[in-house]
Amino acid sequence: MSEALKELAEIISAKLAQEITSTEIQNGELILNARRDAVCKVLTFLRDDANCQFKLLMDVCGADYPARDERFDVVYNLLSIRYNLRVRVKVTTDEDTAVPSVTSIFSAAGWFERETWDLFGIYFDGHPDLRRIMTDYGFEGHPLRKDFPLTGYVELRYDDEQKRVVYEPVKLTQDFRSFDFLSPWEGMQGQLPGDEKAEGNA
Amino acid sequence: MGVNSKPGSQALAPIPQGTEQDVLLKAVSDEIQDRGFVVAQLDKVVNWARTGSLWPLTFGLACCAVEMMHAGMSRYDLDRFGMVFRPSPRQSDVIIVAGTLTNKMAPAFRRVYDQMAEPRYVVSMGSCANGGGYYHYSYSVVRGCDRVVPVDIYVPGCPPTAEALLYGLLQLQKKIRRTGTLFR
Repeated sequence: MSEALKELAEIISAKLAQEITSTEIQNGELILNARRDAVCKVLTFLRDDANCQFKLLMDVCGADYPARDERFDVVYNLLSIRYNLRVRVKVTTDEDTAVPSVTSIFSAAGWFERETWDLFGIYFDGHPDLRRIMTDYGFEGHPLRKDFPLTGYVELRYDDEQKRVVYEPVKLTQDFRSFDFLSPWEGMQGQLPGDEKAEGNA
Repeated sequence: MGVNSKPGSQALAPIPQGTEQDVLLKAVSDEIQDRGFVVAQLDKVVNWARTGSLWPLTFGLACCAVEMMHAGMSRYDLDRFGMVFRPSPRQSDVIIVAGTLTNKMAPAFRRVYDQMAEPRYVVSMGSCANGGGYYHYSYSVVRGCDRVVPVDIYVPGCPPTAEALLYGLLQLQKKIRRTGTLFR
């Protein structure tokens, strides 16, 4: 499998020298880092080339690295039924820069890109209907960003006078608990009792 | 009830125990039996009817719904308690909140609850419905379905076994028998 992936990586990077900035094989999976403005060309090539035939777009997702200059990754996971291979294409972006939509290449991308927009706030240029898909109606913020607080900003209850569900600022009745597993006083110790035996006999 | 119409029982003083009373009671019960009557208190009959046909609304939200299905299938068999899952809130008496109630679902859940006819009962099933459970600190989950509707029975567990849900429903029957009234 690994040889096939290496071979494939060479073919792709030879054909798309301008568009692919680097390739790597991690955990037996091929990752192609692509230029943002070339993502449509890369995906079209991967779909149509006789050596690739990645006809299925399994997922489009995002990843947030707040320390980076362009903080977001958009990750496209492709599957080739013909060659029984998978490939991952990554592009980077930030809050304001739109990634070209690939809905014209893979119609499955529509909802995936909506999801990525909803949870990360990544814009997709050319998407026919870029709106929220998962979070509550009228939700504000993008919850999978690292700077989004876990408990969010609003909570909800039924108001008997207004006869409807109302939103209020979050007020936690139970304090947020942080579990310190390295503390000697609570939680799991660094090494479980009995673990030292495994070291010697291995 | 019915006793006064019996001829020969005009005496106001209670009849002492003995053959005379036995004869009278037998006459009364015979007459009731002949005419096909059963005498009971109305509210007890109503409560009996309510507990005997608690129709739950199929309201599965997450994995708890699988345990709810188990409770409905042949091993635990809710049918033998007269509990038949209904697909419509108009036809159901009890709603089992089986799973995580999210913010997005909450208005719909409240609407479904409002559509149910009185008397209606709510069983909160599982940690998520009871108090948010695993998702207590989440930005998208209601921290307990009692923030949206009044809850009668809480069934703990993650998920509760089918047996636990069944026990909860029997507790609900008990609650109805004890506190149920004709009007409220």
